[in-house]
Amino acid sequence: MNREGFDVAVIGGGLHGLSAALHLARAGSRTVVIERHWTGRHASGATAAGVRTLNRDIAEIPISLEAMEMWHRMASIVGDDCGFKAHGQMRVAEREEHMPALLQREARVRALGYTHEEMIDAAELRRLVPALSPHCLGALISRQDGAADPHRTIAAFRRACEREGVTIAEGCGVTSAERRDGDWHLSCGSRRFTASAVVNAAGAWAARVAALFGDEIELGLRASMMIATERVAPLLKPVVSVVGRALSFKQSDQGTLVIGGGLQGSAQLDRARSSVHFSVLAKGAKAASDLFPVVRGARIARCWTGIEAQTRDHLPVIGVSPNAAGLFHTFGYSGHGFQLVPVVGAIVADLVTEGRTSRAIGAFAPERLMQGRAAA
Amino acid sequence: MKDASMFHKLHDPGLSAVTVYIDGQAVAAEAGESVAAVLLRQPAGWSRTTPISESPRAPYCMMGVCFECLVEIDGKGSVQGCLTPVREGMSIIRHMGVRRLSA
Amino acid sequence: MNGGHSDVLIVGAGPAGMAAAVSAAGLGLSVRVIDDQVAPGGQIWRGIEAVAASPRLARLGDAYGEGVSRAAAFRVCGALYEPQSQLWQIEPGFRAFVTRDGEARVFTATAVILATGAQERPVPFPGWTLPGVLTAGAAQILLKTADQVPEKPVWIAGCGPLPLLYMTQLLAAGGSIAGFLDTTPRGRMGAALRHLPGGLRRLGDLVKGLSWSRALQRQGFPIIRQVTELRAEGEGRLQRLSYRTANGRGDSVPAEVLLVHEGIVPNIHAPLALGCDIRWHEGQHCYVPVLDEWGEASQANVFIVGDGAGIGGMEACEPRGRLAALRLAARMQKLGEAAADAAARKERAALSRALALRPLLDTLYAPRPQVFAPADETLVCRCEEVTAGELRSRAVQGQPGPNQIKAFTRAGMGPCQGRQCGYTVAHILAAAQNRSVEDVGFYRIRPPLKPVTLGELASLDEQETAA
Repeated sequence: MNREGFDVAVIGGGLHGLSAALHLARAGSRTVVIERHWTGRHASGATAAGVRTLNRDIAEIPISLEAMEMWHRMASIVGDDCGFKAHGQMRVAEREEHMPALLQREARVRALGYTHEEMIDAAELRRLVPALSPHCLGALISRQDGAADPHRTIAAFRRACEREGVTIAEGCGVTSAERRDGDWHLSCGSRRFTASAVVNAAGAWAARVAALFGDEIELGLRASMMIATERVAPLLKPVVSVVGRALSFKQSDQGTLVIGGGLQGSAQLDRARSSVHFSVLAKGAKAASDLFPVVRGARIARCWTGIEAQTRDHLPVIGVSPNAAGLFHTFGYSGHGFQLVPVVGAIVADLVTEGRTSRAIGAFAPERLMQGRAAA
Repeated sequence: MKDASMFHKLHDPGLSAVTVYIDGQAVAAEAGESVAAVLLRQPAGWSRTTPISESPRAPYCMMGVCFECLVEIDGKGSVQGCLTPVREGMSIIRHMGVRRLSA
Repeated sequence: MNGGHSDVLIVGAGPAGMAAAVSAAGLGLSVRVIDDQVAPGGQIWRGIEAVAASPRLARLGDAYGEGVSRAAAFRVCGALYEPQSQLWQIEPGFRAFVTRDGEARVFTATAVILATGAQERPVPFPGWTLPGVLTAGAAQILLKTADQVPEKPVWIAGCGPLPLLYMTQLLAAGGSIAGFLDTTPRGRMGAALRHLPGGLRRLGDLVKGLSWSRALQRQGFPIIRQVTELRAEGEGRLQRLSYRTANGRGDSVPAEVLLVHEGIVPNIHAPLALGCDIRWHEGQHCYVPVLDEWGEASQANVFIVGDGAGIGGMEACEPRGRLAALRLAARMQKLGEAAADAAARKERAALSRALALRPLLDTLYAPRPQVFAPADETLVCRCEEVTAGELRSRAVQGQPGPNQIKAFTRAGMGPCQGRQCGYTVAHILAAAQNRSVEDVGFYRIRPPLKPVTLGELASLDEQETAA
């Protein structure tokens, strides 16, 4: 049996797997990315690619701000700016009763010393997004935020990996893992890989991969639905979400309107398929046309869902396995992992190569989802 | 693009004659025939210019699968002209390049 | 938002859909038929009711005239008929999302019969996006529905029965032909004749085809054989047409209208949306749904009839439609199993007769290899304007499949949703990666099937809130 030997095997060729591999290779590790289908097949290829620090969980703010600094110099990291445009992200209040929540959020992050989120009034809102319906009252905005091009991002991270000598094994699903002589031995069909460290970046399938190594982790699923319209003339620049409704609305570089916001389709893990439910998606179309009345006549070109992991506290799992030697987890991004891609790759590389990281990742420890499981 | 028409009609519509407006210009048509058929009889037989290179396109398949005949009809944008029968007074606007949304 | 429930929802009111509807309604099932067009007939009998009353009926031929009685029978069969209704999504269960007159509605049904027919195989070549280049099928639809013919003598390029039929109809209508560029490759007749013993069961059709050919040859317009390459040129519209033949001869001629045709392929978007299995049909160079002997797909209670089941021609449509109706009637206890089996034997005999000529036609008119290997400068994806050259260079970066190529180049992301580029992309990938087309696969079909507006989709939520 031909065995391919590496320092680190990253399971999962989504953006988090590629970013971890890239940073590991730069830290000097011989790295392989083992991907069951192809790079970016699931959540990474289905994302709206929002680059957002706005309204994040307080525990995520430090790494999110560091990631944002990296996004603003992305070309120096992966050789391409990934189509990132910093036109801001905003969370709009449609009604008076939605304003207090936004004001409290602003006060809370300011009290913690952060300045990236600020309230704007109706006049500034109108200046930034003239197409927005005049009934909107104000918004919380993060001006340095924006959005990128998901496929360009996948391509850029992949190319950067290849330039650093990372091996990318596609069409390769890991079916067993065994620890012998200080190495993990991974079987993927007819291929065998060995590596002293393994990174679990398997997205929606991460709990199954963890189980191969003896880690039982509680993990849910999301199948967020997305709409893209035909190309239309420039309508807005920032990414707009709204209080009290499932809506995220932006315009891509190509001119298509991209509408998401977390409305759920259905996912089947075993068949690696997910489906759109139009009666549910109708709510997203309704929200979009309420906020931007002019889009009612825009034609929908396609809708899709991506399958992704969701934790019960909506925080990711980033850290060292408490049970399995040489196993590191990075998954469970619950629909907001795209922006964190560059920084988490660096964190994982720290953990694998130095055994520690200077970033605050305590809130993301895998143990929090394993104890609950053991007790249940 | 000011040459002769590409297609012509073999009969006079007689009582079925209607007038439609292509980019504001009155044009003779026959009730029930498709918008795409009428467009192909015009000296400028194209239906739109593309959103990317702004090159002209004309109805190609006439059965709803090529989407080259997308036009604005009575205020509704990106409508398939080959699937839309003409009516008296119908307004047909050719899309020029990327579509501009209007309320 | 619910527009109503029926035992059976039939999508498409062509020969197969109408036969299924007449049969199912006759057997006591409640039937709803939705169709894109303004009137019944599908593509074969397009415009039949309007033409029936006019002197034009005679010159469109006998086979077209047969549609008069079929449309009349369909009108009175008791099925709910929803013309000008665009099906934009169908979900298991079944829920069909339909827009009619700018209003979205949802119909539910216990079973679905997809009679969505076929489309002409896309034939990409440099300049095929120029105004003035149309399919032969498009020209035939213009003749049937608008009594409309090319202004000047027209060039026709391609192979298959349709160009011959159209040229015959065009001449009968008083139109004229500049020339026929026959793209049937050398040696096809010999290969096809191996299927003659089976084809003899349809001797009448063979004779009819040959008589068209002979009559056309007597007309005196140039017929150029074994054409392999086409090129359309012009400033804003077709002005010049170049071609090349297998033995290297070629010419460049002025042209205003060029009609192309290289056979037809089943519409597989709706079956794929429902998760039905498809398989590669080697003889017809396309995907066909996997069906049992009643026309039922891999998803229970989804039936596929007509040319959407695999190209079988007009005579195969009606038996296929009736077989599906029989099976559903038996399943819904409107008909005994034995009676359904007995009636099905008759339909299967008719189907087998109808398909007898198919292997011969498939072989004779198999698309020339150049259809799938257009020159680098050819726009393969008409909507997103992606060239064959760009696809080829991407094809060898890793081993991308159609869905990755779509993500990276946007080919297949435009309003036609891959209907015009799907097969070409698959062939380009297969050639570049030295794989079979079947192995490369096809685009994942993303809903909606037709570009519904955000407002129409939103109206479903508004109706629900109001209810």
